[in-house]
Amino acid sequence: MTTRAKIDSGVENFKNDLGKPWQWEEGGYTVTRGCAWSAPGCHPVGCGVKFYVNEEGILEKVEGDENQPITQGRLCVRCLTLPDFTYHPDRVIYPMKRAKEDRGKNKWVRTTWEDAYDIIEKNIKALKEEYGPESIVVFGGTGREGGPMCGPYGAAMIGTPNACYTQSGYACYIPRVAAATYIAGVTYPEMDYAGGLPGRYDDPAYKVPEVLVAWGKEPLPSNGDGFFGHSVLDCMKRGSKLISIDPRANWLATRAAYHLPVRPGTDTALGMAMLNIIISEDLYDHEFVSKWTYGFDQLAERVKTMTPEMAAEICGIDVEDIYGATRMYANAENAAILWGLATDQKANGAQSGQCMLALEAITGNLDIPGGQLLGDVNDSLGDLGFGWKELGPALQNKIIGLKEYPAYVGMVLNSHADLTLEAMETGVPYAIKGGFIASTNLLAGTCAAQPKRWHDAMQKLDFVFAADCWITPTVQCCADVILPIASFAERQSMVGTHYGASPNMLGSVVDAVKVGETKGDLEIQYELGCRLNPGTYARFANFEEFRAEFRMGNCGMTYEDMREKVVVQREVRYKKYETGRLRPDGKPGFNTPTGRVELYSTMFRQFGDDPLPYYEEPQRSPISTPELMEEYPFVLTTGARTYAYFHSEGKQIPLLRELNPDPLLEINPKDAKALGIEDGEWVNVENEFGKCELRAKVTPVVKQGVVHAQHGFWFPEEDGEEPHLFGVWRCNINELIPHHFVGKLGFGAPFKCVICKVEKLSK
Amino acid sequence: MRNGLLIDYEFCSGCQSCEVACKKEHGFGVGVWGIRVLDEGPWEIDEKNLNWNKIPTPTSLCDLCADRQAEGKLPTCVHHCLAGVMKFGPIDELVVELDKKPNQVLFVPGPYTCK
Repeated sequence: MTTRAKIDSGVENFKNDLGKPWQWEEGGYTVTRGCAWSAPGCHPVGCGVKFYVNEEGILEKVEGDENQPITQGRLCVRCLTLPDFTYHPDRVIYPMKRAKEDRGKNKWVRTTWEDAYDIIEKNIKALKEEYGPESIVVFGGTGREGGPMCGPYGAAMIGTPNACYTQSGYACYIPRVAAATYIAGVTYPEMDYAGGLPGRYDDPAYKVPEVLVAWGKEPLPSNGDGFFGHSVLDCMKRGSKLISIDPRANWLATRAAYHLPVRPGTDTALGMAMLNIIISEDLYDHEFVSKWTYGFDQLAERVKTMTPEMAAEICGIDVEDIYGATRMYANAENAAILWGLATDQKANGAQSGQCMLALEAITGNLDIPGGQLLGDVNDSLGDLGFGWKELGPALQNKIIGLKEYPAYVGMVLNSHADLTLEAMETGVPYAIKGGFIASTNLLAGTCAAQPKRWHDAMQKLDFVFAADCWITPTVQCCADVILPIASFAERQSMVGTHYGASPNMLGSVVDAVKVGETKGDLEIQYELGCRLNPGTYARFANFEEFRAEFRMGNCGMTYEDMREKVVVQREVRYKKYETGRLRPDGKPGFNTPTGRVELYSTMFRQFGDDPLPYYEEPQRSPISTPELMEEYPFVLTTGARTYAYFHSEGKQIPLLRELNPDPLLEINPKDAKALGIEDGEWVNVENEFGKCELRAKVTPVVKQGVVHAQHGFWFPEEDGEEPHLFGVWRCNINELIPHHFVGKLGFGAPFKCVICKVEKLSK
Repeated sequence: MRNGLLIDYEFCSGCQSCEVACKKEHGFGVGVWGIRVLDEGPWEIDEKNLNWNKIPTPTSLCDLCADRQAEGKLPTCVHHCLAGVMKFGPIDELVVELDKKPNQVLFVPGPYTCK
């Protein structure tokens, strides 16, 4: 292995573990190198970790692995506290069961895997026979290895078409993926941070981006979609200039050349105005536009309808800043837009994504060094559609929402979140009787709007089983069996940047330590699948064969090879639209009906949406509902990420909780003063859909008239039984997010753009 | 020559990895720190600009990871810093770095001399 210097810290001058094998003995420890991915949850960055296991077989400490080419020894607080997570007394490390009448009560008893599997098999088979396989829903979440397996858990393991990521409008990731898929035939254009290049930022093939645009994204704490967020700072130290488009002046925005604090939910207006400026001032890449795009003239016509002046008015920002930032972006030799979760968290989000893709395309930044890196058409972590074919057309057609929202349901092979809740509540189109909580805590203000409705609907199910590390409020509410899942120190698997969809790296997940009887998500899928739906798994002789196909499929290595190498950088190829690597037929161009980036989207048109971007106000806003603003004068955005937690996870780890003990509501000092609210005071936050209590953080990071609420809080130290349920309802900001306020194609929901009032609490 | 910690607070993101890595290294619990990220801001300079600097500041408990130093390893805060803004070394070397750009601070932790 070549020795490389650690980013900016001078590790080369000190004793380090560069060049060490995957495992060695040192000072009474067995040290094992591996990569981090779930559990604890995070997106698949695959940060390099060294596990120090003592002679008693206990994981004593975790350090960052200098050998990982992207993270280079750097490690966040969530991985540093892995031993605290691993041995926490509340951690579920054995299968447990509970009588159905004891749901909501802390009456769990330990059982064996055999018994747990028997119970699941008996109940699921009975439901399938009596009500049909479609009566069972998989509830999926994010960040754990089980997240992207939501579809296979349903179709392959259980044999139901109804795998459901429960967040209204799939308001996380998939709206952006849909825009990229339908418009450009690619998975997700990521900022190129030289993750796959051996020389990283100094590699001759690479060029540091001249301009970065962080758009509705706070990459440093979130590492969204496997992007190592601090790469932004690496690039800024090497000269990249930053444009921040965010209602909040997050810390990164204070280092930006331009910060555009848009009113939450208005990004599409800004995107159209930026396109307007670039086209009318002739700042676009003529060669790329004429060779590789479709519908440029129609796009030019359309964006004329959104002048920068209009956008400035709608977004509440200075028009000079729109001009200045747009020119800086367009004039850069190479630039990357980091599109964030905010894109997805509004009904108008598909159009935001459309604008961002159009910006990237017409400025010629797609798939160039230090621009927007595209995935190879054959790259992915595994077969996300596993089991779908075997369902057969009759069951496939029963997936909830296929008729209403084909662009959503047909693409991601998930039942529509909002319609799934409605089916559970009403029995239409058919009764839902069983559920699998697949490593998600959807009730705790994470991936569900109106979580009390989900709670009530899930409680009514005849049989529910769960896989998790903790008795979460969601598990406590309704599960009859819980299967304990392994952390990334306890199982054999692999992790690829961005689920393998971005050509950066693949790394090993290793079983450095054994804790109780935990099993990996993938192993559970295989073992339960062999019982519940054996035909689909019949071609695998054992788990190792299954893992080889499902995880190791596209790297040409065995697990043992990967474990020895720990990390493999993937070959980076630029301008793949010229070489045929974006299309399954190997022809140059993009994988769209026209073979070009469709600035005028034939797919959007086919699904009944406008083929061109258009701006729509959030359903609740000072413009669309002025009559409500007297009662609810604030625009509410939610869910900005912190370093301490991955969504609802980590609240019981003392060293993490210390960093962020209570859920905060950020409010501007002038607004706080007008309401007589002091910093640190508990306040009531309420709108027509729900309410919760949060702790005021008086801060100028939000503008007057805008408040931001943290999400994902529950209180593991409080009474866990119903109805208190670890205090999950007290601070649950998602109670204020309406159900089924989605976009035309079924995507997007206003988690970041509703309205509310804020009041002092009298206690 | 004393050793010090050179910190570039222009790029410190406030991730607090230094705080937690230090606690894990030294066995410090809740409410005890060997290094702490001071949050200087955010406050408004003018309508367009906020002052907001995050400054990792060693406490009186910082021993510059003496045990790790004895093994030739970097202090754990420097090793784990996500933003890569911390440097450790003899002061004469760090002063050269200090002169290269503004918005840096050099800390030289050690026992109080007045006691």
